[in-house]
Amino acid sequence: MSGTLIVNAARGVASTQRSRARQRWLPYLLSLPALLVCIGILIPFFTAVWYSLERYNLSFPDQRAFIWFGNYLNLFTDPAFWNTVRISLAYTGLTVGVQLLFGLAIALLLQRRHWINDLMSVLLILPLMVAPAIASLMWKLMTNPNFGVLSYLVGRLGFPDFGWSSNPNSALFTVVLVDTWVYTPFITILLLAGLRALPRQPFEAAELDGVPASFVFFRITLPMLMPYILTASLFRMLDSIQQFDIIYSMTQGGPGDTLTVFQVQAYLEAFSFSNIGRSAALVMILWAITYALSTVFIKQWLKLRANARGQG
Amino acid sequence: MNKALLFKLLRALALIAVALFFLFPILWVFMMSFMTNVDILRSPPSPIFTPTLDNYRGLLTGQLATGTGTLTTDYTTNLFNSFVLSASAVILSLLLGVPAAYAFARFKFRLGEDMAFTLLSFRFAPPILVLLPLQLYFQEIGLYDTYVGLVWVYQLITLPLILWIVRGYFEDISPDIEHAYRLDGHSWLKTFLKIAIPLARPGIAAAGLLAFIFAWNNFVFALILGSSAVQPVTVGALAFVTASGIQYGVIAAALVLSVVPTLTLALYAQRYLVEGLSLGAVKG
Repeated sequence: MSGTLIVNAARGVASTQRSRARQRWLPYLLSLPALLVCIGILIPFFTAVWYSLERYNLSFPDQRAFIWFGNYLNLFTDPAFWNTVRISLAYTGLTVGVQLLFGLAIALLLQRRHWINDLMSVLLILPLMVAPAIASLMWKLMTNPNFGVLSYLVGRLGFPDFGWSSNPNSALFTVVLVDTWVYTPFITILLLAGLRALPRQPFEAAELDGVPASFVFFRITLPMLMPYILTASLFRMLDSIQQFDIIYSMTQGGPGDTLTVFQVQAYLEAFSFSNIGRSAALVMILWAITYALSTVFIKQWLKLRANARGQG
Repeated sequence: MNKALLFKLLRALALIAVALFFLFPILWVFMMSFMTNVDILRSPPSPIFTPTLDNYRGLLTGQLATGTGTLTTDYTTNLFNSFVLSASAVILSLLLGVPAAYAFARFKFRLGEDMAFTLLSFRFAPPILVLLPLQLYFQEIGLYDTYVGLVWVYQLITLPLILWIVRGYFEDISPDIEHAYRLDGHSWLKTFLKIAIPLARPGIAAAGLLAFIFAWNNFVFALILGSSAVQPVTVGALAFVTASGIQYGVIAAALVLSVVPTLTLALYAQRYLVEGLSLGAVKG
């Protein structure tokens, strides 16, 4: 009787040891397929690093050579590169700035639970779910000089030849407008969720004490909302500095070099001029910028995530 | 009292302005898609016209009537490609991502966090960085212009999304139920399939829907890695707009067809969008 018990117990120990050994390998086994995909993507990444150090033009394959930082040095002394930097920064600054202001204002407008506000916050999702490349084409139809409804309206306001994306003076404005149309709802939705997750006590106390609304906004709402604002803007900055779809689909970087932001310029270098080395160096510089931004972003994002899961 | 009324009025005006700005473009293009070229070119633009289905009929049959004759198009191929690419990419991501998400949520293991963050950082890396070498590699190994090649690259968008959202869902479910089921003598695999996955099903479904939308909306991957045979609507529509001889109403109809699937899915899944858009950082 007691013998079988001991044997059973021994069996139990053996099986838990076995299962423990298996437990140790289990997570690796489960995530291995995803890891392989990861590695599959890291290979072209390192290839791109290598390309960026090469003189490599598909039109002159026999001149291919390793030139250390030659491509980078060429870029830094080229006004076209600084044009790219300037436009990318202008695009990012304008889109994130405008969208943050509008996004916050709309979130505050929709904050109170009411069926109209709830309906609006659902409908606001729609532009965000239109493919950015398609959004550009929609706005292109609306700004068409022959029949576009916006061209007509702006014409009536006294700008008969506004030009929109075909005029170097208004091209940046036009793509920023499309970007704003698509992505402002992103900021609104995030900030709305943030506003509704804020604790109520400070606001109730302020109301009881008769604190003026502007004080409540700048001293209570804004500071408490800051983690959400930071996460949303960093998220948008990361996407904006590498915007491609909206600009390419609207003007292919034109007119001239008006809208040759980083990725559009890199695309043109590689696929119009076959200059792989130069294109790779250009995206490597962009990658360095986004990598730095994303480390800041991920820290901020993790804080919010822990908070949402009740661990913060 | 007067001040409160004024405030209410300003609020209503602001709401109308917001609704107008964000919804007008969709409504206008939708309306255009039912107009003949004559109605579209009328000045001033007028919302009163006799609707026609000719634009859609032409697109779906591939025979476009133009001023000078008929033009054949294959926009339906682009639509089909969008479905195939997005659905396959999501299915593959679910197969790869759900077990990994479970591993990250339930086990603390070396490499695990590193991997989760590496995958996340892919979401924020410039896509052309990877596409540039891939375009050359794919041509060498025969993956250029194939569904397989594109679906694999689509994992860059769909996998991090699914991994991080589903991980959050697993983390929110207490592991106690799984422990109890395990103590009853069931295998680990059975516990995963019979307990963990059904409990996280709403999260998995939401992540899948969102990943589908993002895959559908992608533009740059197929622009660089495929020809028109495998290109989705996002790339197809651009070729359509720049092609000559195509009437404006047909272009509008093509744009409408390209956004209807995602807009419908988004409205259906709107409850989960906040969480999905923030990659699981904010709950709606």
